[in-house]
Amino acid sequence: MGKTLFDKIWDEHVVVQDIDKPSLLYIDLHLIHEVTSPQAFDGLRDTNRKVRRPELTIATVDHNVPTKDRHLPIADQISRTQIEYLDRNVKEFGITYYGMNSAGQGIVHVIGPEQGYTQPGKTIVCGDSHTSTHGAFGALAFGIGTSEVEHVLATQCLRQSKPKTMEVRVDGTLPFGVTAKDIILGVIGQIGVDGAVGHVIEYTGEAIRSLSMEGRMTVCNMSIEAGGRAGMIAPDETTYEYLKGRPHCPKGRNFDKAIEKWDQYKSDPDAEYDKVVIINAEDLAPFVTWGTNPGMVAKITDSVPNPDSFELESQQLAGQKALEYMQLNAGTPITDIPLDRVFIGSCTNSRIEDLRAAAEVVKGYKVSETVNAMVVPGSFKVKEKAEKEGLDRIFKESGFEWRDAGCSMCLGMNPDILSPGERCASTSNRNFEGRQGPGGLTHLVSPQMAAAAAIQGTFVDIRDWSFR
Amino acid sequence: MEKYNKTNGKVLPLDRANVDTDQIIPAKYLKRVERTGFGQYLFDAWRKLPDGTPNPEFILNDDRYNGATILVAGPNFGSGSSREHAPWALNDYGFRTIIAPSFADIFRNNCFQNGMLPIVLDQAIIDKIIEKSSKNPDYSLTVDLESGVISDSEELTIEFTIDSFKKHCLLEGLDDIGLTLSEESMIKNFESRHVIS
Repeated sequence: MGKTLFDKIWDEHVVVQDIDKPSLLYIDLHLIHEVTSPQAFDGLRDTNRKVRRPELTIATVDHNVPTKDRHLPIADQISRTQIEYLDRNVKEFGITYYGMNSAGQGIVHVIGPEQGYTQPGKTIVCGDSHTSTHGAFGALAFGIGTSEVEHVLATQCLRQSKPKTMEVRVDGTLPFGVTAKDIILGVIGQIGVDGAVGHVIEYTGEAIRSLSMEGRMTVCNMSIEAGGRAGMIAPDETTYEYLKGRPHCPKGRNFDKAIEKWDQYKSDPDAEYDKVVIINAEDLAPFVTWGTNPGMVAKITDSVPNPDSFELESQQLAGQKALEYMQLNAGTPITDIPLDRVFIGSCTNSRIEDLRAAAEVVKGYKVSETVNAMVVPGSFKVKEKAEKEGLDRIFKESGFEWRDAGCSMCLGMNPDILSPGERCASTSNRNFEGRQGPGGLTHLVSPQMAAAAAIQGTFVDIRDWSFR
Repeated sequence: MEKYNKTNGKVLPLDRANVDTDQIIPAKYLKRVERTGFGQYLFDAWRKLPDGTPNPEFILNDDRYNGATILVAGPNFGSGSSREHAPWALNDYGFRTIIAPSFADIFRNNCFQNGMLPIVLDQAIIDKIIEKSSKNPDYSLTVDLESGVISDSEELTIEFTIDSFKKHCLLEGLDDIGLTLSEESMIKNFESRHVIS
């Protein structure tokens, strides 16, 4: 039997395989940020251990950083301390650092690919669940906790039980207005938030192949929202085209040699997966989440569902709780839901193509008077590029705030948060209770759908939009 | 790491599915640089009403369950963010044993890293435990890791399985990093033939 893409990378990285222990796996790239690393560095100091391969570790600050007035000291003293901790730790241990005012700073999952660190065939970890993003390049990338961060720092290895594999095949052509975000929301809606627990997902099929690298990153990013250990897409010409010329990728003849190697990272025709899910792209539509986890999705043309119609009693209960928290009534058309805030950003949807797509929608329109809207580029490089293309002017003229790079309103840990009861159309990845701030109400959508909602003041079907 | 062998403790039933780590500990409490002191923020949003006073409806605020050390919850417990602050908060509050029909992968790994025991049992048994502990707040369970058996003082005796290596590490209180470092020659050997571009 042939091997899957996952099997090939896994097998290549096994350092020790004892029968009575999980595999000891080598890690090629370790990304770190300010929130999940301080205790790990303290652990190293306490035990007098050093970082084994500092050159394979890359650090940035993203979760805590304010997205405006960067020239001022950070007002929140605890946030400031956490960032200063990382500043000191990277110096002490000799780690490459994209600090708060560095030209390369950004969300860790945006800058890894942008700088060319993320490459096919690599094992990549980070103390962050959205590390699955990097799987878009045909890498095995997954999130870990702080103790494991310390483990990787000290040993460049991790002890891991081998996950199972799951193919998610998306056949056909994506209809107009249906994006990578809608693919992944559709997948999670179908298989559920625990549908891929214990599995590494490989996305295949025509609709996946036709996505850009940035679209593929959006899909892989949210694999964790289906419980997946990782998400992967085999590399192809689109991957190589994206990587060519990136600062930390091989150059010239070495790049050609690298492609020869990378070309092997695909599942063999006779490889078998433990689970297979098949989706037809033509059945997908722009999606909006109505509840408090990313599996609670509805098509834009649908209404808020009635939990009584759900199959299991536990689902009915969860649905009722979600509606109560979200202050919604069953039967309300999704397009009648009014919004207070719009957030375009996060490691899911803050790259240049996301911003271009959103700008195209808002061009020539003004943000609704009832809405406060903001755009937070995923990195300073993305911001710079967007400004060169004049996207910032389109957003600002339309009434959006234009911010500096960071995780921002994705997770309520920096100044960008919702007030209790505020309702937000967000391009981020989690609509958990309070995720964007205590009492905040989150609806997950694509950048286009968020942009249109900012103008309209309610959700609107992007397929009916008059572009100006 | 503290060894885990046998425990007897009161059960706190949390009859919810998909309890995510943002609920276990909200992001605003992740700014601290220590591993300790997170227990006070456990389930912070559920414990409080919007005005900041304790929510009497939430079971963690029910004094009858004070001192519970075993948390029993619905499927997919610990989903979402990889924050190890979630198991730190649970452990700090006093829950070293979590029982659920299924766990999110990263959360489960994080538990083992902290000498905590996540146990998977069938939904039907969980339902029974939740029913008993909801009726009787003093309901307690004995968890014997060595023999892999959970029992109560009545009729319940149920076996559970756990990865043998993880079990060994918990019983001995082993330092994972120290174990890996003992493979130094294998790691060096691997590095000598493994090229990273």
